[in-house]
Amino acid sequence: MRLLWILALKELRDGLRNRWIAASIILLGLLALALSLLGSAPTGSVRASELEITVISLSSLSVYLIPLIALLLAFDALVGEFERGTMILLLTYPVSRWQVIMGKFLGHVIILFLAIFFGYGGVILVMTVWTDGGSQGWQAYGVMMLSSLILGAAFIALGYLVSVLVKERATAAGAAIGLWLVFVVLYDLILFGVLLLDKGQVIGQQLFSMLMLISPTDSYRILNLGLSEGVSQAVGIAGVASNTGISSPVLFSVMILWVVVPLTATLWLFHRREL
Amino acid sequence: MGEKNKTGSHVISLRALTKYYGRDMVLDDVNLDVQAGECVVLVGHNGAGKTTLMKLMLGLTRPTSGTISVLGDNPASNTALARKMALGYLPESVAFYEAMTGREVLEFYARLKGANNNECDRLLQLVGLENAANRRVGTYSKGMRQRLGLAQAILGDPQLLFLDEPTTGLDPLLRRHFYELIDALHQEGATSIISSHALSEVEARANRFIIMKAGVVVACGTLDELYQLSALPVRLHITVTRGQAPAVAERLGSAVTIDKVNNESLNLSCLSGEKMPLIRHITSLGEVVHDMQVSPPRLDEVYSYFMNGESR
Repeated sequence: MRLLWILALKELRDGLRNRWIAASIILLGLLALALSLLGSAPTGSVRASELEITVISLSSLSVYLIPLIALLLAFDALVGEFERGTMILLLTYPVSRWQVIMGKFLGHVIILFLAIFFGYGGVILVMTVWTDGGSQGWQAYGVMMLSSLILGAAFIALGYLVSVLVKERATAAGAAIGLWLVFVVLYDLILFGVLLLDKGQVIGQQLFSMLMLISPTDSYRILNLGLSEGVSQAVGIAGVASNTGISSPVLFSVMILWVVVPLTATLWLFHRREL
Repeated sequence: MGEKNKTGSHVISLRALTKYYGRDMVLDDVNLDVQAGECVVLVGHNGAGKTTLMKLMLGLTRPTSGTISVLGDNPASNTALARKMALGYLPESVAFYEAMTGREVLEFYARLKGANNNECDRLLQLVGLENAANRRVGTYSKGMRQRLGLAQAILGDPQLLFLDEPTTGLDPLLRRHFYELIDALHQEGATSIISSHALSEVEARANRFIIMKAGVVVACGTLDELYQLSALPVRLHITVTRGQAPAVAERLGSAVTIDKVNNESLNLSCLSGEKMPLIRHITSLGEVVHDMQVSPPRLDEVYSYFMNGESR
């Protein structure tokens, strides 16, 4: 555990030094602030608190942004050290390979946590001053912050998997962008495309829900857009989500699976790797 | 090669070690025992397998076949972790985290080894980096990186040192300083494995040489043993009374190869086994011989002999 901390602390310091932490806090904070200010504009006949509106707009942007930040943090983590030659030296120290991966993971998740906690969390303070939102809204906001962190952790793990698989940093960067495109944009496009062509003949409600559930980003969307009553009323499309009948523990489990599986694969591949 | 006694008393013990990268053979049937306190030098061309051999002993790669025991354990196993405390390694072209300062790098490694920060200051001073300690490693010259590499290798007074081309990029003064440091560690009973191209530097320090060629150990032994093995001639230069050289040459007869005869000096060569009889013979010639110099084969001659000769 002490070794994990030493390794995590190094990543944290790197994050502070290259201003990654500061940049992500500012980025997420400004985004949250802008959206919450927009969200507090009159909401019309829909009964939803300002905070719930903010959750909707914020989570639909987070789904693009958080994976991107996570992948940018992670893609270089292993291949960068292989390429520069620092990994060889590190592994002659009394650390095992799983500790190297888990130490880095811990560090990167903390960086992400700081960004989400201060970036998004700061907005809560602003909102408290601005309005007196209902308790329903706070819960949704909390779920969004937690699920954002898990989403980020999943993409950190996916980034490591890329990082341990490829030979060069440039390839890893390309693959990370590709991964982002697939999970965040293409998967949904293809899914909806197929659904349109299929016209509900083969793909029923059940299968569609399953296909949505497979993707970590869709799980995140369903979780945040379909959670609270106020939210799902405000978002027309989220009707799909709430109708799927998938409970939030299931959605959380799917997302956690997206953390565990790539991370385990990375550990296994790294363990077998010859340096 | 020394397969004298059981594994137990050896710091390093390699048995029938073979390593392939894909279908390329990098090491073939390497056997080696290293005793505590020894300084073993690996010599060979680039690509002879020296670095791979070190990586195997460090547990960074696994052998295709054969067994390795370092400090009584398989270095690639998880149980070997605690033993890595007693280990120091300086890789061939050492790389560091460029954005960190020299001190930060050293303190990071010290924490991993459980050494304290006072030792970092002492080591930075020892390798002459105390003034550059707060500069980013990215701004360091090759020599400074090498010095930092050395400092991290000797963190926590390791029992076993692996140094891959340790003196490249160091100026002559630092080289001497470096070998003094290594000698000091040897005084305390440390064992070291050094790979080097600078043969003249290591000649006096090594207990044993391992000459490698294309993944095969072609020769292994002390300098004297290598002389014997190589059958390279010992050279003698004798000075005689002016004008007497041809006569002396005649009296020495066919027992010795006479390379060159001048007016007052002769260059002779003989196998090391014939050296003493020859010297006795020369001294028996009496006052006509004024002076004599005996030069054994140099390490680079031994080296090129094994490099150019048949492998085994």
